[in-house]
Amino acid sequence: MKPAIELRSAVKRFGGVTAVDNVSLTIGDGEFFSLLGPSGCGKTTTLRMIAGFEFPDAGDILLHGTSIGTTPPHQRRVNTVFQSYALFPHMTVAGNIGFGLEMQRIAPTERERRVREALELVRLADYGERWPRQLSGGQQQRVALARALINRPEVLLLDEPLGALDQKLRKEMQLELKRMQERVGITFIFVTHDQEEALSMSDRIAVMHHGRVLQIGTPTAIYERPNCRFVADFIGDTNFLDGRITASHAGHAVITTDDGLVITGASDRSLTIGSTATVSLRPEKARLTIDVPPGDIANCFATTVDRVDYIGSDTRMLVRIGSERTVSVWEQNNRSTLDRDAYWQPGEAGYLWWPAENGLVLAE
Amino acid sequence: MARQAPDAGGLLLRLHTGATLVFLYAPIVVLVVFSFTSDSFGVRWTGFTLQWYERLFRDERLIGATLNTLLVATISTVIATVIGTMLAFAMERYRFRGRTGLEALLYVPIVIPEIVMALALLGFFALAFGLIDAWFGVRPVMGLATVIIAHVAFTISFVVVVVRTSLKSFDLRLEEAAADLGADPWQTFRHITLPLILPGIIGGALLGFTLSLDDFIITFFTTGPGTSLLPVEVYGQVKRAITPKINALSTLMLVASITLVFLSQFVQRRGRTA
Repeated sequence: MKPAIELRSAVKRFGGVTAVDNVSLTIGDGEFFSLLGPSGCGKTTTLRMIAGFEFPDAGDILLHGTSIGTTPPHQRRVNTVFQSYALFPHMTVAGNIGFGLEMQRIAPTERERRVREALELVRLADYGERWPRQLSGGQQQRVALARALINRPEVLLLDEPLGALDQKLRKEMQLELKRMQERVGITFIFVTHDQEEALSMSDRIAVMHHGRVLQIGTPTAIYERPNCRFVADFIGDTNFLDGRITASHAGHAVITTDDGLVITGASDRSLTIGSTATVSLRPEKARLTIDVPPGDIANCFATTVDRVDYIGSDTRMLVRIGSERTVSVWEQNNRSTLDRDAYWQPGEAGYLWWPAENGLVLAE
Repeated sequence: MARQAPDAGGLLLRLHTGATLVFLYAPIVVLVVFSFTSDSFGVRWTGFTLQWYERLFRDERLIGATLNTLLVATISTVIATVIGTMLAFAMERYRFRGRTGLEALLYVPIVIPEIVMALALLGFFALAFGLIDAWFGVRPVMGLATVIIAHVAFTISFVVVVVRTSLKSFDLRLEEAAADLGADPWQTFRHITLPLILPGIIGGALLGFTLSLDDFIITFFTTGPGTSLLPVEVYGQVKRAITPKINALSTLMLVASITLVFLSQFVQRRGRTA
């Protein structure tokens, strides 16, 4: 089976700015694939090239093996759910949803049947005769989805479709989108700047920055094994402990920071001794205890607690190592609700520690 | 809220408002009232009659002039609306060399004195006719055709201004959405763009139609012998003698233009809600 979408060294420039810089991607059939990155990273331009609203300046785009790099949008079997929904204000909900079929000159009876099916799919069966402006944001979003899906596209493109919804509705729609994708089995390419959304919904994620793809992988791979500082920083929260490599052996590397901390972390590459590197340590992967942990722990430092933020499910602490360095560490509040003494107080002393494989050494 | 007795300032304000309204509308009311007077000079009220309307419909010159005017207004509006809409699209959608210059040129007919425009058109026709005579050996004459060309020339700018306003507020993503759903550029225009900017186009057309209908100066300069248009014809008759027939004609035109305005508002409101 040919991949649903293949980008081969696609480049898009606007004036002097390279919005998409030599991007190559292969997206499998039926995959839920996310393009994730901060605004201006080129994710939307990449999506618009797949939709046909922009043509690549170099490179090519293939849809199930056929080049569509210069095919106009109306001849691509690809449909888009727009960020602003872009519903036609002068057409009813049914008119909007049936528009694609009308353009394909599908017979009216067949069209009506499929519009009814699509309305049921997005749970808006009784809304066919309404006007778009009579619907709530969430309902408009579902109309936009039905309008795209009714054409049975080979690939569905979604441009931050949940961006305009409030938090609660957003979570609901995330679930609904995911369920729908599993049901219709169509490849979804989803653009978002919301890393949590990307992590929870995607089969795979491409993290983009400055027009380039930095890393492609499953949500776990992206979060647990980021391949560079930007990805580690953009996805989730992390501490960076900068220093120079002082030892490097199978699966591990040791770095020494300017203030003299010696930290061992996981590394899947062998790194040059003396080169600058950083250890990315996620706040939930370190532990804070009053006593020295038992056994041989690779990284263990005496600390004092600087700040404590209780946020319900977690307690988030900023602890100090030495005089200058602070590290963020999160502790899950999984103790008894009555055990009030169990929480850390600012000023308390303790030990911050984590096994070598809980921190990741990234070359600069 | 309780109504307060107006103080001196409030009283003055009401007086001012009333005086302004009288100033604006009294002449029109008098005009309409005297279209029904039996006084043959139309300056005194001597009793109610419909005879001036009757005579109006028997005045073949006036009826002919009215039909000519309607014909000119209709044809020139259609042409100006089509060209003006295309121009508005070009100006709004594309960046091209000389766009700023064209923009300035487009506003010239709106701001220059009409007499200058009229003389310019007259000069243009004289020159064009001379060239046609020299090359083809036929000399065209001024008539309905020249009036139509002149009216197209001065109404296009107004159409462009009105249509551009509705194009400015048009959401381009709707066209992308249509293309995305399989509509080719022509289908996109027909099903999405045109219906959504139609109120603006109709607004522009009605403005052009009204301007053409009551234009005197340009019409006067570009019409030919034997071709009479309403404003010029009315002027000719009034110069001889004012009869309530002219009042009757004005009243009918007033009714027609009010109807047109209401119709256009109705169409535009439907355009918004539909």
